Amino acid sequence: MSVKTQKQDSSIKTQIELCICADPEYLGAVRMAVRQVAKVVGIAEDKSESVTLAVVEALTNVIRHSYGGPCDKPIIVKLSKIDGSGKNKPALEITIRDFGRHVDPESMKGRDLDKIRPGGLGVHIIQSVMDEIEYSRADERGTCLRMLKYIT
Amino acid sequence: MREEDSSTREIIKDIRHENQTIVLVLAGEIDMKCSPKLRNKFMELLRNEPPLFVINMQQVEFMDSSGLGVLVEVLKCSRRYGGQLKLVGLGRSVRNIFEISRLDSVFQIYDTEEGALS
Repeated sequence: MSVKTQKQDSSIKTQIELCICADPEYLGAVRMAVRQVAKVVGIAEDKSESVTLAVVEALTNVIRHSYGGPCDKPIIVKLSKIDGSGKNKPALEITIRDFGRHVDPESMKGRDLDKIRPGGLGVHIIQSVMDEIEYSRADERGTCLRMLKYIT
Repeated sequence: MREEDSSTREIIKDIRHENQTIVLVLAGEIDMKCSPKLRNKFMELLRNEPPLFVINMQQVEFMDSSGLGVLVEVLKCSRRYGGQLKLVGLGRSVRNIFEISRLDSVFQIYDTEEGALS
């Protein structure tokens, strides 16, 4: 795992960028980073726990579906603050970039919650928690997931 | 007795057999790292079909949908043989995932072990 911290001009964003192996061993480290960054940018604690959950769900999906299971391939997690200016609402922006099997964004739909069964809740949780979600094909392979949580 | 690896031992703080009840005390953060082994442990305990299975989660600080999925599987398994599963002490962040997934109305949830066992 590698960590980059970068403080830019305050009118732009504050960033932490993590490059982790697609291994559940590192989910705890990402949780710590998300909680701390959420606290620094001013997201309330109860909401930061929900954001942490959404990030872990997204990473779990990458490990399981994009990479087919734990491996040493990279996942890049970037945490940034969007300052409210113009049309932008102040927000915590989280991007998750993988280099695995491309996931069709159309297939990323939450499942029917009326059926009580294990599995398939990750997408629903992400959609319930985050204020904006965007999946995009990333360059030659992989997927980029961008999520925003407004800072209110 | 099968050896458990360290990740299972870190999550399972205690297992008590009281009359025909099994009480399992969990602690820490439950995610994809430990949920498969936790599932295996639950299934091992359910093999004897205890009438009541209580999971104390007062010390669980985080749980994702992989952990929730294990609990759903345990619930379905216990219902198949006519047993009961009760959860105790869901903290705010853990209760959150139950509410988001609308499973808070499916499980029997108690504030204390005494309440679950009475």
